[in-house]
Amino acid sequence: MTATVLRKTGEWLPALVVFVVVVGLWEGLVRALHVQQFLLPKPSTIVSVFWTERHSLWPAGWYTFKEALGGFAIGSVAGIVAATVVGRFQTAGKALMPIFIAANAVPIIAFAPIFGAWFNPISPHSKMAVAAVLCFLPVMVNTLRGLQSASPRQIELMRSYAASEFQIWRRVRVPTSLPFVFTALKVASVLAMIGAIVGEYFGGALNALGVLINTDAGVFRFDEAWAGILIASILGIALYSAVATAERIVLRWSPETRGS
Amino acid sequence: MSAASVVRLEGVTKTFPHGNVTALEGIDLELTEGEFVSLIGPSGCGKSTLLRVVGDLVEPTRGAISVNGKSARQAREDGDYGIVFQSAVLFDWRTVAKNIALPLEMLGWDRERRRARVEEMLELVELTAFADHHPWQLSGGMQQRVAIARALAFEPALLLMDEPFGALDEMTRERMNLELLSLWEKTGNTVIFVTHSISEAVFLSTRVVVMSPRPGRIAGMVDIDLPTPRTAETRETARFFELVTEVRELLRSRGEHLLPEEEAVLE
Repeated sequence: MTATVLRKTGEWLPALVVFVVVVGLWEGLVRALHVQQFLLPKPSTIVSVFWTERHSLWPAGWYTFKEALGGFAIGSVAGIVAATVVGRFQTAGKALMPIFIAANAVPIIAFAPIFGAWFNPISPHSKMAVAAVLCFLPVMVNTLRGLQSASPRQIELMRSYAASEFQIWRRVRVPTSLPFVFTALKVASVLAMIGAIVGEYFGGALNALGVLINTDAGVFRFDEAWAGILIASILGIALYSAVATAERIVLRWSPETRGS
Repeated sequence: MSAASVVRLEGVTKTFPHGNVTALEGIDLELTEGEFVSLIGPSGCGKSTLLRVVGDLVEPTRGAISVNGKSARQAREDGDYGIVFQSAVLFDWRTVAKNIALPLEMLGWDRERRRARVEEMLELVELTAFADHHPWQLSGGMQQRVAIARALAFEPALLLMDEPFGALDEMTRERMNLELLSLWEKTGNTVIFVTHSISEAVFLSTRVVVMSPRPGRIAGMVDIDLPTPRTAETRETARFFELVTEVRELLRSRGEHLLPEEEAVLE
């Protein structure tokens, strides 16, 4: 037990050292070179604003996080459902796959102002829509790839047991696709936060994180803008970690997640 | 021929539309109950295709197949055969015990019956201690033993094996040969065994079917009259060498069209 704890600490130590050194250098250089506050505030300033403004920052972060979470859930579920349907019908897959791959390369975020017009720009729904569309394609494309990457030998074996298509889907295709799905969900969790915040740059409720960062930057309150970015980072990492934890639990059987 | 016919093939021909390859041409073959028949021949002689035709995983272009007196499809749907491939084809997300239980689940056995049978099979292949391990935690030889246990779990009359030990090292392979023979003696299955190895074919079989390529045909058959039970010493007897030579010469006489790498296989 102690050995495991020590080993885990050993794995994290290098990253922790790099983090401390970078933040230390940042603090030291900003002080030594007298860098202007609006160009780059000191980490100590950011942290102190992060503390003094906590009553406005955290609710704003939570508001935006809910948008991201909603978009993540809608986009991911829609992506998985779409992949399941397309994977089931080969012809549909052949017709739609090139379109989805092309759509995947479209900079979805460019549509943010359009979504603002479609929904009420102040409402959280337009941000949720941006996040959902951002999440949809990677989840859909990866899930489909996962469903299609079942080993032909495993399928042949199932046929030797006179298995139905549904039994093959449930016992072979779905388990094979799960690592692909989780990879996509991790990507989507990051995209959802980006979608929600960038969506808010184009307008939104006053107590939203993207609006707050945007307004602060506009009135040269860069220390508070940076504190907002810090909140966004913490929440983004939290969502990613939640997905990664779910992955470790669901894919306990996998040699990759066991790390041994 | 007093024993019952388990597999009967008549004029089986298989042509693949891609590149118009004739994988099998006019195959006639009959297996009686309890026989251990090896199919041997160079790459491209259609031996794996022949195995899949028997298992109804590939449909023949022409010809008739019966398994246990039924059509190949009916036999497949009735779970009349178990199959083992060159790679173990285990499911990573299932434990060893659950891998063995898979065909039993498909046959609708209840939990208690499955558990009891899996336990028996684990004992048979001596992997009881590894029941809760995942496949990737086992060696190649152990994985293949799991695959064999899975194929035998529902007591199929017929066992189809497609180069099951092809990926193993020589020493593991010889040990697995002995284990397979003792399993076969215990269960009394009829076995069709595809292999590249002449000595493996002679050591295991009651009959060796030699195939020639392009198109895949039966070049000849050799009855293996080595005494049973066979042991590691069997490989050192004079009769064993005579039979190996006989099979090798049959392969050579039909091997004039072989590619160099196929020649190498026969050495």
